[in-house]
Amino acid sequence: MNAASLESRPRIGAGFRLQWEPAQNCHVLLYPEGMVKLNGSAGEIMKRCDGQRSLGEIVAELESAFDAKGLQGDVLAFVEMARKQRWLAWE
Amino acid sequence: MTIGPPLWLLAEVTYRCPLHCVFCYNPVDYATQPEELSTDDWLRVLREGREMGAVQLGLSGGEPLLRDDLEVIVAQARRLGFYSNLLTSGVGLTEARAAALKAAGLDHVQLSFQDSTREMNDFLSHTRTFELKNRVAQIIKGQGWPMVMNVVIHRLNIDHIGRIIEMAAELGAEYIELANTQYYSWAFVNRAQLLPTREQLKRAEAVTDEWRRKLEGRMRIFFVAPDYHEGKAKKCVNGWGSMFLTVTPDGTALPCHTAKMLQGLSFPNVRETSLREAWFESDGFNRYRGTGWMKEPCSSCEHKEEDLGGCRCQAWLIAQDAEAADPVCRKSPHHDKVLTAVARAEAGVTEHPLVFRDPKESRRLAGAT
Repeated sequence: MNAASLESRPRIGAGFRLQWEPAQNCHVLLYPEGMVKLNGSAGEIMKRCDGQRSLGEIVAELESAFDAKGLQGDVLAFVEMARKQRWLAWE
Repeated sequence: MTIGPPLWLLAEVTYRCPLHCVFCYNPVDYATQPEELSTDDWLRVLREGREMGAVQLGLSGGEPLLRDDLEVIVAQARRLGFYSNLLTSGVGLTEARAAALKAAGLDHVQLSFQDSTREMNDFLSHTRTFELKNRVAQIIKGQGWPMVMNVVIHRLNIDHIGRIIEMAAELGAEYIELANTQYYSWAFVNRAQLLPTREQLKRAEAVTDEWRRKLEGRMRIFFVAPDYHEGKAKKCVNGWGSMFLTVTPDGTALPCHTAKMLQGLSFPNVRETSLREAWFESDGFNRYRGTGWMKEPCSSCEHKEEDLGGCRCQAWLIAQDAEAADPVCRKSPHHDKVLTAVARAEAGVTEHPLVFRDPKESRRLAGAT
């Protein structure tokens, strides 16, 4: 697997499931016998990681959705961290 | 105090099991509680649990594959948004059954092994299942499920821990849980034979650390230390009635899967009570929530929020007082009983041969208590 670039198309890692939990008012990542609660920005990134969108597209979507600029560095740092945890994977 | 939702729902769908493990945590009198919930009962329990905010579902037993409606239960779990975990001995997990469970939406299978060698596995479970388990491990991988192996550790297999870890890696497990025996139920009956010596434990920890380095990035290894040797109580089920809700085969709702042994405490049955009422309002669930119920040495202890007094079942089994400090704690007035048990194990003192879990022994033990 290569380092994250704007061309990478991340998807949720095998064995993990991402879903919105109304009872906890956040996105959670479920895995064998465990759960990670995601904060708002992590949830917004992860829910776009469908294996279809590229990171470039994800960054553009986030910047437009939240009327922000310069999110690229934070997004790349997050997905690298998430890959180390196996939450995300890409070719 | 605010009571959160039961994030973890453990459905013990049956106590029936083809194995006869000497460390089984099912109640010793399981054979006298034969009536199991119906399919519809389970579907309702899942729905009520999910409505309360439960996300993880454990399907356990006994051997859950003995329920031929397991696929129906799994499909309901998936529909509702549970992450479903099947905890199995592997007996009954054929290619066809695995495919059906996968299609129903099962997320994960945890396969238990008794030991790395055929002789020990078959001896400890009193069956001939070792080759079957190897085959099942391949079936699990074939379905693309994350494979977690669980091995209960005790004196008779702890010296093979390196080989156990190696075997798990060869079978392609992503994660292995080396769970030192917790001494309840059948394991308590067999405690004298199962408690490891301190020397064995030290060696096993060193070997495990070595393998952890060797397999870094390939397989994660989780070693659950035994509390008898540590002199420190553990926060049981992450706090009584804080996260875990178990429903036993007959429908009893419990804060942990062994809590039914606590005499003088009654727990609701989901046939008559909603899960919400059981969790929030029943005396059984409220009795040991938080720290208000504690007495000395817990009530004035600086660690009381950390360990919440340890395990109520252990207090009951060892001190015959469910409100006592967990006797594994050094501060407990009953701690000498734990030390004596370890010392006797070190000296090799046993009172009776190993008692293998089976219905006949279960009825005998039920009569004796």
